Amino acid sequence: MEMTDLGPKMISPAAEPSHEIQILRLYIAGQTPKSIKAFANLKKICEEHLTGRYRIEVIDLIQNPQLAAGDQILAVPTLVRRLPEPVRRIIGDLSHTERVLVGLDVRPAS
Amino acid sequence: MAALAKSATGIDGFDQVTAGGLPTGRPTLICGGAGCGKTLFAISFLVHGAVKFGEPGVFMSFEESSHELAQNVASLGFDLPGLIEKKKIVLDHVKVERSEIEETGDYDLEGLFIRLGFAIDSIGAKRVVLDTIESLFAGLANQSILRAELRRLFRWLKERDVTAIITGERGDGTLTRQGLEEYVSDAVILLDHRVTEQVSTRRLRIVKYRGSAHGTNEYPFLIDEDGIAVLPVTSMGLTHGASSDRISTGIARLDTMLDGQGYFRGSTVLVSGTAGAGKSSVAAHFLDAACRRGERCLAFMFEESPAQVVRNMRSIGIDLQQWVDRGLLEFHASRPALHGLEMHLSQMHRAIDRFRPSVVVLDPVSGLLTVALETDVQSTLTRLVDYLKVRGVTALLTSLTHGRSEQEQTDVAISSIVDTWLLLVTLESSGERNRGLYVLKSRGMGHSNQIREFVLTAHGVELVDVYAGPSGVLTGSARITQEAEERAAALVRAQELDRKERTLEQLRAAFEAEVAALRAKFEAEQADLVIGIDEHRARATRLREDRGDMAQSRSADGASSDNGRKHGKEREADEQRSKER
Repeated sequence: MEMTDLGPKMISPAAEPSHEIQILRLYIAGQTPKSIKAFANLKKICEEHLTGRYRIEVIDLIQNPQLAAGDQILAVPTLVRRLPEPVRRIIGDLSHTERVLVGLDVRPAS
Repeated sequence: MAALAKSATGIDGFDQVTAGGLPTGRPTLICGGAGCGKTLFAISFLVHGAVKFGEPGVFMSFEESSHELAQNVASLGFDLPGLIEKKKIVLDHVKVERSEIEETGDYDLEGLFIRLGFAIDSIGAKRVVLDTIESLFAGLANQSILRAELRRLFRWLKERDVTAIITGERGDGTLTRQGLEEYVSDAVILLDHRVTEQVSTRRLRIVKYRGSAHGTNEYPFLIDEDGIAVLPVTSMGLTHGASSDRISTGIARLDTMLDGQGYFRGSTVLVSGTAGAGKSSVAAHFLDAACRRGERCLAFMFEESPAQVVRNMRSIGIDLQQWVDRGLLEFHASRPALHGLEMHLSQMHRAIDRFRPSVVVLDPVSGLLTVALETDVQSTLTRLVDYLKVRGVTALLTSLTHGRSEQEQTDVAISSIVDTWLLLVTLESSGERNRGLYVLKSRGMGHSNQIREFVLTAHGVELVDVYAGPSGVLTGSARITQEAEERAAALVRAQELDRKERTLEQLRAAFEAEVAALRAKFEAEQADLVIGIDEHRARATRLREDRGDMAQSRSADGASSDNGRKHGKEREADEQRSKER
């Protein structure tokens, strides 16, 4: 597990940029089993279905509690797709891949 | 064990009812239907905390946006943006939009906790409001997670030692739709807004208050431009003092009827009577007299506008406007149907608190009956009267009675709370209606038992003795006629007496004249007789002397011849006397 630092940093896979880049922000509250699982699930889904077309920002609310209100965070983990519009929210540990894809409005890669 | 600490809400009356406010450091559930005032109650708690008690607060709204909320409470004089600026209050609008949220797997509400915790820490909040957290049930699908998290939230609030209000929409047969009362077990307050006969009344009930004594009644409360107010019912204890000061009724003759001194200060006077019996005039006299003494008066009118009252009273020579101008008299006029009873009561409370009058007039209280049931009016008036008595305010209530036979009964509902009860009756006879007044009761004083005729003149109310004679009680023209007749009869009697006295005088004069004449005659005859007697005596003396001489000269035997001669001499004297006549 490479999730050692979950500060607000960008995890950008070295991939060719696309006009349909998904800007994703994962809000977690400390390194709980749920958040670790969510991050792992998210990475896997992105790798499989959004290869090269995503950026993930992880925000730990324990370190940055002031950010919770701005993005209307209630549940953790919450994945917010900031771009493209409209903003979408997916809560939970992202264990249902299909629902995550529906939430992100992404057609599963065949 | 120390008593439960409480945090004052600053809401009029509520802190009295709960003996201090909400339990400090614990969550309180406030539930009720839509529009019952939950949010307002909560925001009042928060704003008062921040402004009056130095306790900053966090308002987490799940329904209204911060902007909407600020606007809604601005009408109550709460300056939310200002308080937010001064870091006294944090407003956080939690938006939960089901359509925007996809749920995929396990989650918790730690985000909410962090958010709330951050808000609390940012201003050092002591008070928290969650309004209405049940919205989460609509926004999130996984109910079991939600319930578990709410349970954790309430525990967490206790750990944070904040005094919290959680609002909940009333459910069907339960206090809240989602059964929040299961989680919040410390204090539960139910707000209710019901409409009876088109008049709405708000009520508040403390369903539960762990660790504290509390009133269990339903307390009326109201929301107006001054915010929320629960009506204090704590003055029901009959512990008010009793003044033995007396104040004038403004009608001299009525003072006389009431032991010569008028009402007791701080007592409650009921003036009841049929329409047009002059109740308002009695009230106006009382107001006028109080203002004349420099006392402050408050008059609540339920039928007439102040201008109308001033004009009407001017027609009987009472100028109330001058007292209004000097700020001694204040009118509050409103139609009874304008608000529910509780609203009226509470408005009266507020007006009394602000104006601090020593005399209050309610004209007429029966008007309130049109908006509420008699039992409600009775309890409302009882509260008002107690409230006034505690403050030593003298109250005069007027009451309209209907019909003729049941005048004393219609007011039974409130009779027990009044100290002095004046009844104005109309006496109908010989085609006229006249007014009569009597004192039905007056606690603590010897009062007149007489019916007085009540006459409205251009210089005020006058009380006149009624004519009570063999032909019954007469008033009005009949009384005047009777009085005229009596005056005529008295005149006749006076003349008769005069005549008799003169006759007697004449008789006496005649008698005395006769006595004088008789006396004159008597005196004349007496004089004659005295002269005659003297002559006679003188002659008799001479005769004796003569005879003595003769006997001396004859030396005769005196005795026998003397007798014979005497007879002859007496005969001569008689003949002489009859000749003279």
